[in-house]
Amino acid sequence: MTVSADLDRRFRDAAATAGLLDIGFDVIDSPIGPLLVAASDRGLARISFSATFDPEETIESLARAFGPRILRSSRTIDPARRQLDEYFDGRREGFELDVDLRGVPEFTRRVLNELARVPYGRTTTYAQLAVSAGAPRAARAVGAVMNRNRIPIVLPCHRVVGTNGSLTGYAGGLDVKERLLRLEGALL
Amino acid sequence: VRFRKMMGTVPIDLPPFERFYADHRDVVLGHLLRKLGRNGAEDAFQETFLRALHAYPYRRAHPTGELPELVAEDGRAAYLELDHLASTLPPTERAAVVLRYGYDLAYDDIAVALGSSAEAARQAASSGVRRLRKGTVR
Repeated sequence: MTVSADLDRRFRDAAATAGLLDIGFDVIDSPIGPLLVAASDRGLARISFSATFDPEETIESLARAFGPRILRSSRTIDPARRQLDEYFDGRREGFELDVDLRGVPEFTRRVLNELARVPYGRTTTYAQLAVSAGAPRAARAVGAVMNRNRIPIVLPCHRVVGTNGSLTGYAGGLDVKERLLRLEGALL
Repeated sequence: VRFRKMMGTVPIDLPPFERFYADHRDVVLGHLLRKLGRNGAEDAFQETFLRALHAYPYRRAHPTGELPELVAEDGRAAYLELDHLASTLPPTERAAVVLRYGYDLAYDDIAVALGSSAEAARQAASSGVRRLRKGTVR
């Protein structure tokens, strides 16, 4: 007996509404491909690019970090979906979303807090970000933090480039980084 | 109730609920349809899985298995705090602990810094952490 799409959706909505989930996630469409977006009751917990996410693997990793009560639930990520849609349409420059950085080490958190201040349409460098995070000699560590940013786009690691202006790297692929910067008018 | 009992007593690691649900929803619905007919089955279906979710284990205390977060009370960066804390460790362990937990570097990068293998870096960090936990330094 196969569960109908309607019954399935009703259960998922009910589970989210009852506040029983550690994490709700869904896959959303975007101009840079499907994105897996996950959120807890504290805020956005993960955004994964299609090129790198294996849904099973992502769900397992979310379970390890946030707990096993994980369910696909479009309701949980509705605000994030709406704001991301607006961002990709060029109608939104900043996100009004809480992020859940539980389990993130203090240094990483400091760097991500500084990263969140880099304005739309601007770029900074790993070295500059290290300075503003109060660790001027830790440019490489800042690079490592960017590399493992769990909430790309909203925490805009695409705005961080090499000192010589090269794009260096991006979890979603360099073409995606370039595309995001172009969308924001940071590249001509 | 039986489900809750099972959860409470059997120390098994359950899969993410999404997988549990996906694996069982069709069987459960079939069972409910046979037992209750179409009218009652859909409500009972939702009720059943909400109860299962309610009984499901939830987040653990230290979810990542990493060190608990280091709070710098005087506003200094935590990696400085850690550097101080680790200052009594043997040099390699100290470097590995600070780079791993203070700077959040991957073991591959730490290995480069230490001129060792990633595995050796991991061992140095974990033996440093063990030593700090036991308080056997000094």
